[in-house]
Amino acid sequence: MEKRNLTCIGCPLGCALEVTMDQTTVVSITGNTCKRGADYAAKEVTHPTRIVTSTVCVRGGAIPMVSVKTEHDIPKEKIMDIMKCINALTVDAPVHIGDVLLSDIAGCGVNLIATKEVL
Amino acid sequence: MNSYDIVIIGGGPAGLAAAVSAKKNGIDSILILERDRELGGILNQCIHNGFGLHTFKEELTGPEYAKRFIDQVTELGIEYKLNTMVMDISTEKVVTAMNRTDGLFHIEAKAVILAMGCRERSRGALNIPGYRPAGIYSAGTAQRLVNIEGFMPGRKVVILGSGDIGLIMARRMTLEGAEVKVVAELMPYSGGLKRNIVQCLDDFGIPLKLSHTVVDIRGKERLTGITLAQVDEHNKPIPGTEEDYECDTLLLSCGLIPENEISRAIGVDINPVTSGPSVNESLETNIPGIFACGNVLHVHDLVDYVSEEAASAGKNAAKYIKGGMKTADARKEITIQATGGVRYTVPKTIHIANMDDEITVRFRVGGVYKNCYISAYLNDERIIRRKRPIMAPGEMEEVKLKKSVLEAKHDLNEITIKIEEEA
Repeated sequence: MEKRNLTCIGCPLGCALEVTMDQTTVVSITGNTCKRGADYAAKEVTHPTRIVTSTVCVRGGAIPMVSVKTEHDIPKEKIMDIMKCINALTVDAPVHIGDVLLSDIAGCGVNLIATKEVL
Repeated sequence: MNSYDIVIIGGGPAGLAAAVSAKKNGIDSILILERDRELGGILNQCIHNGFGLHTFKEELTGPEYAKRFIDQVTELGIEYKLNTMVMDISTEKVVTAMNRTDGLFHIEAKAVILAMGCRERSRGALNIPGYRPAGIYSAGTAQRLVNIEGFMPGRKVVILGSGDIGLIMARRMTLEGAEVKVVAELMPYSGGLKRNIVQCLDDFGIPLKLSHTVVDIRGKERLTGITLAQVDEHNKPIPGTEEDYECDTLLLSCGLIPENEISRAIGVDINPVTSGPSVNESLETNIPGIFACGNVLHVHDLVDYVSEEAASAGKNAAKYIKGGMKTADARKEITIQATGGVRYTVPKTIHIANMDDEITVRFRVGGVYKNCYISAYLNDERIIRRKRPIMAPGEMEEVKLKKSVLEAKHDLNEITIKIEEEA
């Protein structure tokens, strides 16, 4: 049995988690104060994921950039591939919160959506 | 002269939540004055996620969180003026402000809510020796440049200070292709949230050097490098520990200071520990009818708590206007003593008659405490003892006090909040 100590990133509480592993199987998770913590720990030791947030250039808007995020979490090792797609993109104003700016980004099956309104 | 029941100074998270709450508590005549070109304040440049878990039970980015409140302000028909700078507030609550369309103008207010937020400690305030080349930015300035203006401040970056904005910018600059060489922190602990150490530094292999500071800055036109050194327990650099880093950018994330120039000019008492107003249970300053909330009151880590605090300020301002506030009787005002590791409390005084059924007392501790207790005493009687596995100056703590408990205490003249070791 292997024990791994993690800090939960699910919310700003930052709970100290301890995951007990048997090879690649999670045996137990302790230290979490909510279900999100358990979910995070189980993912983090098997296939870690993150939400990526960044900005995309806007043509003809009141400001030159619109903030974006991946609609769901993506595999951690894909972060830089996703940044390449984001940086190659320019969109036209107006942009609204929730607009899909790129679908299936970097083949992750996740959409890139706007998080700000730029008129 | 125009007049409003409540004038709110600042349209960031605190100002917005205060306005919404005042309106919902029956006040129709409200004006928000905001100096930026849009409402939302600092949230507009905080494009990372993690906001709103407490308030909306979902994880939002800064602009999305702001939009939730901006939409409420719009739906409730609350008035606001953008690009407007408040110059002065008189003791009679006449607000002097200016903008390009109205010029200089005065507004009469029955109550004022201070919600101006805070600003970053600058290089000048840090006394870092060396040259003064281009390439030295506060972390928040860099954040605005990257996220709103669309400029990269530099390519090889060193960050001094491990406040949350510094950690967030370490990740942000890395994502945009910069090389973040190191984050140095003067104190032996990080000033930011643990989650940000994990997802902003560890994820990208960026080293965090605790008990280190910048002792030299090189470069005449543009920054060419800095020298880091380890510091001793008195925060003095230890000779022989110097290390040179080649970089074109130095970001400073060394603390936030509530922006209280206007408050001071009106005569609002400022708590030297927080640099924010001293307030009572209603978040009212020493000047009746002037309230404060958010980062102008004390610097928060979580916007959710700012919204909660501001909603309380808005509700209390509404109560004040409707004449529901019991006139403060100095004899009945109880001071909260912050001792034993507790640096300050907000509020600082409590007038039980004006208290809600329960109030949240927020504070920060002065050092790192492991397996200690947060205790609250009424006179000498301990009423709360809550174990905390870890407490650090970077994370705000709270205790809740119930009105019924305070009322039931005979001859209550002092409330004490302190950190106690296992005994």
